[in-house]
Amino acid sequence: MPQYLALIYGTDQPAAEPDDFGRKMMADYQEFGEAAGAAGVLAGGNALQSTDTATTVSVLGGKGGEVVTTDGPFAETKEVLGGYYLLDCTDLDQAIAWAARIPGAWMGKVEVRPVVVFE
Amino acid sequence: MLATLVRLVGDLELAQDAVQEAAVVALERWPRDGVPANPAAWLTTVARNKALDRVLREGRRGPKEQGAMRMLDRPDDDALPDSVVRDDLLRLVFTCCHPALAPEVRVALSLRTLGGLSTAEIARAFLVPEATMAQRLVRARRKIAGAAIPYRVPADHELPERLPAVLAVVYLVFTEGHTATSGAALVRAGLCEEAIRLARLLAELLPDEAEVLGLLGLLLVTDARRATRLDATGEIVLLADQDRTLWDHPQINEGARLVEVALRRSAGCPGPYALQAAIAAVHAEAASWPATDWGELVALYDLLVEVLPTPIVRLNRAVAVAERDGPEAGLSVMHALDELHGFHLWHASRAELLRRLGRRREAAEAYRAALACQPGDAERRFLERRAAEVAGSAWATRHPSP
Repeated sequence: MPQYLALIYGTDQPAAEPDDFGRKMMADYQEFGEAAGAAGVLAGGNALQSTDTATTVSVLGGKGGEVVTTDGPFAETKEVLGGYYLLDCTDLDQAIAWAARIPGAWMGKVEVRPVVVFE
Repeated sequence: MLATLVRLVGDLELAQDAVQEAAVVALERWPRDGVPANPAAWLTTVARNKALDRVLREGRRGPKEQGAMRMLDRPDDDALPDSVVRDDLLRLVFTCCHPALAPEVRVALSLRTLGGLSTAEIARAFLVPEATMAQRLVRARRKIAGAAIPYRVPADHELPERLPAVLAVVYLVFTEGHTATSGAALVRAGLCEEAIRLARLLAELLPDEAEVLGLLGLLLVTDARRATRLDATGEIVLLADQDRTLWDHPQINEGARLVEVALRRSAGCPGPYALQAAIAAVHAEAASWPATDWGELVALYDLLVEVLPTPIVRLNRAVAVAERDGPEAGLSVMHALDELHGFHLWHASRAELLRRLGRRREAAEAYRAALACQPGDAERRFLERRAAEVAGSAWATRHPSP
């Protein structure tokens, strides 16, 4: 069965004391997780800390070369990757239907990417 | 086809997998080699071979092996029932027009897979290099296979969401053929015929869908006037001035009958294609421009504005009001459409009404404003002629036609 990674993009929000909005969002995510889990679609997923905790790593001069670290995300964009789900779906239609139930889809955007299967 | 294979293979899962694999092969090969004479038979044969491969590869025993043996017994040139062919083509339609593909990709894939056009022909029709079009088709096939875009007909409850994308593809093909957005030829008849062929196919496959019938009716009636849209020198002739005896009246009658059925099946809330088809039919069945039933047209436009509130629809409604109630009334409706000021047809329509009212200076200004919006070549020449007529020859001398 194909797997899809649902990449959740939204505005970057550093952790704060949860307010009503935050609590509602958590409840919505919990609802999604329970529904997707019960349907046998959920193969994994995590929320990510905000991009002010990100470090970008690159190795100069090929394998084994100099490790260069940069404070911050790889690309400075308004909408950033905030989390992901790994979904087991029969086809793209099913993956789109589940992606549309992720709260990030109405608070930001969800990119659905099929996972490569190496045979 | 699935039903055929299940019958042949005796295993639903195996048959489903085989059909999927065959569809992927079809989507790779048909755009390259053309659609086989009998697509369903071709797919059944390929799927049967895939299923057989799998049974042999996995060394299965029991019912599946028996199924494989049954398949081997059958000749390749099975006569397939119509319903099988129908389901199979419909699956291809919905795969080619899947909303996860970009609109231009849907158009290209549909023309290549469902229509009879080569990659080179599609590239020429859409004024892109052949390599670009070939690349577009390759990417489409890669996405269909890679992202597992399903090869199936949407369930009834999904149809309202999925059908508009299919209809939009056919409509886009037709309008590309009917009005070139750039380039010299205004009518590229090949695309119009291809669009009508696709619409006929859809109407055969989905005979209960009012909007499908509406679309086919719209295309038939519009296309029936094709011969009179341009004069012998390739210049635009307005609907009001077209020689109606040259219209294809049998085709108009066929379209008008479809419109009636579409409106009847719309259950009181006709969709955008059925309404546009009805409007086209009212025009096509009128003996002349003055004899047109403008009251009926205003009523139809009132309904169309509700479901399709685009600038061109609102402008056409204003034109119908002008014909029903006079140029002054039309101008005042147009005046309220201030979001259309960058649109050459808004200026051109105002210019026409001002000309009729004898307000020549304002009319000339409006024609100039229309030209400033950079319309296509044929429309530009038409507007220049009209501008010259109202403003006298001095203006035309300053802006000679090529």
